[in-house]
Amino acid sequence: MEHMLDITQSLIEYSSLISIIGVSVSVLILLYRAIKGPTNPDRAVALDIIGINLMALAGLIAILLVTTKFNDVILLIGILLFIGTVALAKFLEKGVIIERDMD
Amino acid sequence: MSGTWINLLFDIIICISLLGGTFFILSGSIGILRFPDVYARLHAATKSSTLGVAGIMIGAFLFLYMEHNIVSGKLLLGILFVLLTAPVSGHMISRAAYRSGVPLWDKSVKDDYATALKAEEKQNQSQ
Repeated sequence: MEHMLDITQSLIEYSSLISIIGVSVSVLILLYRAIKGPTNPDRAVALDIIGINLMALAGLIAILLVTTKFNDVILLIGILLFIGTVALAKFLEKGVIIERDMD
Repeated sequence: MSGTWINLLFDIIICISLLGGTFFILSGSIGILRFPDVYARLHAATKSSTLGVAGIMIGAFLFLYMEHNIVSGKLLLGILFVLLTAPVSGHMISRAAYRSGVPLWDKSVKDDYATALKAEEKQNQSQ
């Protein structure tokens, strides 16, 4: 029984390593789209999904290092990502982010 | 560590959810790489990466619960936040792309938003 538990513990470690490699490959693919992307909204989409992948990477590193200190980081990345994406979309649509004239 | 069958079962569930989340994230980014159009890329991007990050967060939550007996509400809140904000940001980016004149794919056959915009413009003129 203890032997099998050791095996599954190392299985979790290996699967989190494989997941870190997979998410890193996905970030590289998205980085290609963010640099190459034909139009500016393509770059905005790629940056948005890079941020979501960073949340997943923070969770995986929290599993690998057996710590709980990364949970605040995950929430913070999510909130800042949403604000940044909304501001970028408004800038692409109108050219301004905060409209000054209150008519 | 007290070894029971429940621990072993939860270890296997954690492995499955981590690898499933990685599969969805990878397939979403391959969709972003391969699709021809901004709107199709948004379709690939938001849904699959939301599902992938939810899988990885559920894996991390179960791992922390089994290892430390910590119920981490922040991870569940992170899942909820991504679930709420990813469709909103995708919609805003696609509307910005349409309003700033990004063309559709040349093989797409239907453009409902153009007719809706035209009807709205006509209504504004008649008022």
